Amino acid sequence: MNSLELRASKAQTDARGASARLVERLGVHNISLLVALAILVVIFGSLRGDVFFSSRNLLNIGLGITILGVLAMSQTVVIVGGGLDIAVGATVGLTTVSTAMAIQATGSPAAGIVAGLMLGGLAGLVNGIIITYGRVNAVIATLGTMAIFRGIAFIMSDGQSIAIFSDTFRFIGIGRILGLPLLVWILVLTAIAFHLFLARSIVGRNIYALGGNAVVARFSGININRYRVGIYIMSGVAAGLAGILLAARTGSGQPVSGSQGLELEAITAAVLGGCALQGGKGTIVGALLGVAIIGVLNNGMILTSVPTFYQLLAKGSLLILAVVIAEYHLNRT
Amino acid sequence: MTQSDFFSLDGISKRFGVVQALDNVSIAFRPGEVLALVGENGAGKSTMMRILEGVFGPDNGTVRHGATPIVFGEPRDSHRAGIRVIHQEPEIVPNLTVAENIFVGELPRLAGVLLDWRKLEERTDRVLATFGMQQDMRPRQLCGTLGPAQRQMIEIMRAIRAGGRLIAFDEPTSSLTDDEARRLFSVIRRLREEGTSIIYISHRLNEIIDLADRIVVLRDGRLVDDSPAAGASEQTIAKLMVGRNIADLFTRETWRSGEQLLDVAGLTTDRVSDVSLRVRRGEVLGIAGLMGAGRSELAKAIVGYDQRIAGTIAMNGVPVLPNSPHAAIVAGIGFAPEDRKHEALLLFRSILDNASLCVPDKTSSFGFFNRRKALEIVSPLAAKMSIKAPNLDEQVSKLSGGNQQKVVLARWLARQPMLLILDEPTRGIDIGAKAEIYRLIDELAASGIGIILISSEMPELIGLADRVLVMAGGRITAELSRPDIDEATILKHAMPQSAPAPGDHIQ
Repeated sequence: MNSLELRASKAQTDARGASARLVERLGVHNISLLVALAILVVIFGSLRGDVFFSSRNLLNIGLGITILGVLAMSQTVVIVGGGLDIAVGATVGLTTVSTAMAIQATGSPAAGIVAGLMLGGLAGLVNGIIITYGRVNAVIATLGTMAIFRGIAFIMSDGQSIAIFSDTFRFIGIGRILGLPLLVWILVLTAIAFHLFLARSIVGRNIYALGGNAVVARFSGININRYRVGIYIMSGVAAGLAGILLAARTGSGQPVSGSQGLELEAITAAVLGGCALQGGKGTIVGALLGVAIIGVLNNGMILTSVPTFYQLLAKGSLLILAVVIAEYHLNRT
Repeated sequence: MTQSDFFSLDGISKRFGVVQALDNVSIAFRPGEVLALVGENGAGKSTMMRILEGVFGPDNGTVRHGATPIVFGEPRDSHRAGIRVIHQEPEIVPNLTVAENIFVGELPRLAGVLLDWRKLEERTDRVLATFGMQQDMRPRQLCGTLGPAQRQMIEIMRAIRAGGRLIAFDEPTSSLTDDEARRLFSVIRRLREEGTSIIYISHRLNEIIDLADRIVVLRDGRLVDDSPAAGASEQTIAKLMVGRNIADLFTRETWRSGEQLLDVAGLTTDRVSDVSLRVRRGEVLGIAGLMGAGRSELAKAIVGYDQRIAGTIAMNGVPVLPNSPHAAIVAGIGFAPEDRKHEALLLFRSILDNASLCVPDKTSSFGFFNRRKALEIVSPLAAKMSIKAPNLDEQVSKLSGGNQQKVVLARWLARQPMLLILDEPTRGIDIGAKAEIYRLIDELAASGIGIILISSEMPELIGLADRVLVMAGGRITAELSRPDIDEATILKHAMPQSAPAPGDHIQ
């Protein structure tokens, strides 16, 4: 087939209906996620429609998924690059503590933000170096640092919750702009940034190459060690951002509360969103849909009074189910 | 031996995408006979082995045992039927002992659960004695400590212990020394006397003439000759393997090379030693050698993938930094590796993504991918090489081998390299795509690009190369210039040691 035909077949695509083009743009996987989301909405809507569809509850869901959203997106980048970061939850806990302590010490919200982002980045750097130069399996390395970061957070905070008395800082967590919570705006902005970065930037495309096949990436002149370390630094900084948002929302820095289990939810969302754990596959849009599913599920389970212990069962099962589905798809193509 | 012990192939055909790997092939494997299977790479030998092993089934035709057709669901079924294939890379477990590896699946038990070591050792001693291997290994030795020849012997002993009645050897001597090869031959002769059917695959034609009773030649999936080994010569076999028309595939418009381009001096890595070579603009430098001679490793050393221990590399007189594929690319070196699927392609990405991987500067604006720019570069290349695909967004995993190779070449042509290293560029590719790649090599050379062509296919080297370097054991053993490039000379220098003279290994 020559280039004329190549062009011709493209014209053919354009000539097809708008709905077909929509399917093509979104991808079959994302559409099935939308269907799953719709099913959840119908279930919880029919059980507790009065509360579920109230604007207050919908905003609650939005607030609830902001922090998870940031982590799911950064986890997607890590997984696409062929890695995994299970220390993110602990990093979030660590950064809430450092942010709260910095604000307590200086009274400056800016200092708290800088402290959170820097410490998050540092935590990521440590992960990246252990994994890349220590040649430790990513799961094991971040399993170890997860415990270490939690430990550091406990030591720094002495196990106590550290209150934040800065109204400016609290505004990040509870303020509104144009009727929408600031947190939701932040999620939207980071989502756009993450999507452009991963799908469109050359660095993002090289991350797909690295995760898809590291040998190919290296032969193509990509400095794979630098990329690997960079990816974990990015993951750490994103965890720092999530930590800042969490601290602003709760008005305190806490080593465990609020951040425990975030890694499970973030990985679940990323895999639900179409990430292949082998790397090289996954999208930000998919991850966000995964986050929405988890958000609605969490919210719905609370509304329908599912006991907390059973909620854990549901979350764990969801991760395993997502991986099983992803593997099934991978083996079929 | 009775008639019912014959294994035979009856009209076997197998197709992979556009490649007809086997086309209506019928062979009878007689007990007590060594049948040599020869053919170029891609002729269908390994496909036939996989069908015999039950890795996959044929599209048409039947495998028979006597008159009964046998259908293999999985390799275990073929083992049960008595068919064994001894692979080039022996499948042994390094952390288990010799005895356990030989008797795996049939370990003697004590009280149903415990391993009966005494009995196992006894049996192993007996097997080792039959093969005269008592000096080489002990039953309790870990297999990880054995050399390649001994590992191969373990596979053979395992096959025979399990009652193999048809044993196929796939290039068994490629990793063996002369002495080890001689011992293997005497084992094969013994098996023949005991009535086993033997299939022997090798590129070393002198071995085949010496060992085989019958020679079957495959070419492009078809059986072109099946005749007694007596009276066959290396020349007649080679002619049958290659076919007459293959020489017509090669065109070199010009044999004019320009100024010095690449200068490699004393290059040493873990797997190549002290290699020096030069390539001029517009020159095709062939690299010949047997499997494991260090040819691909030389390429990986030049492009900075393998750790450089010593030596220098210069492009146009400018040194190329060591251990950095990026530096090699910037210096103008492109490399299409032998293993397309694992070393060259992102299988789940599109043609466009794969072809634009090495030209981020030309396909981006402000650090972001620019699809229009990428299409402007890749579309003409795809057209020039007639890549067959519905469009450039097609995943490369869905393309045929030939088209995949063209995508890899497009990636490098997009960079407009000065030197292109092609490692087995036509492996697993149908004849039409081969011809196109040969034409492309000629065109590139004519345009002044220097080319290093690594190939196991002699006609390719003879037809395309200005000069050929022969490698063995990680070193260059000879340099041949046109018109003195011929198969016999190349083979002579490619053997790790001097080739065993026919007849001198009868013990």
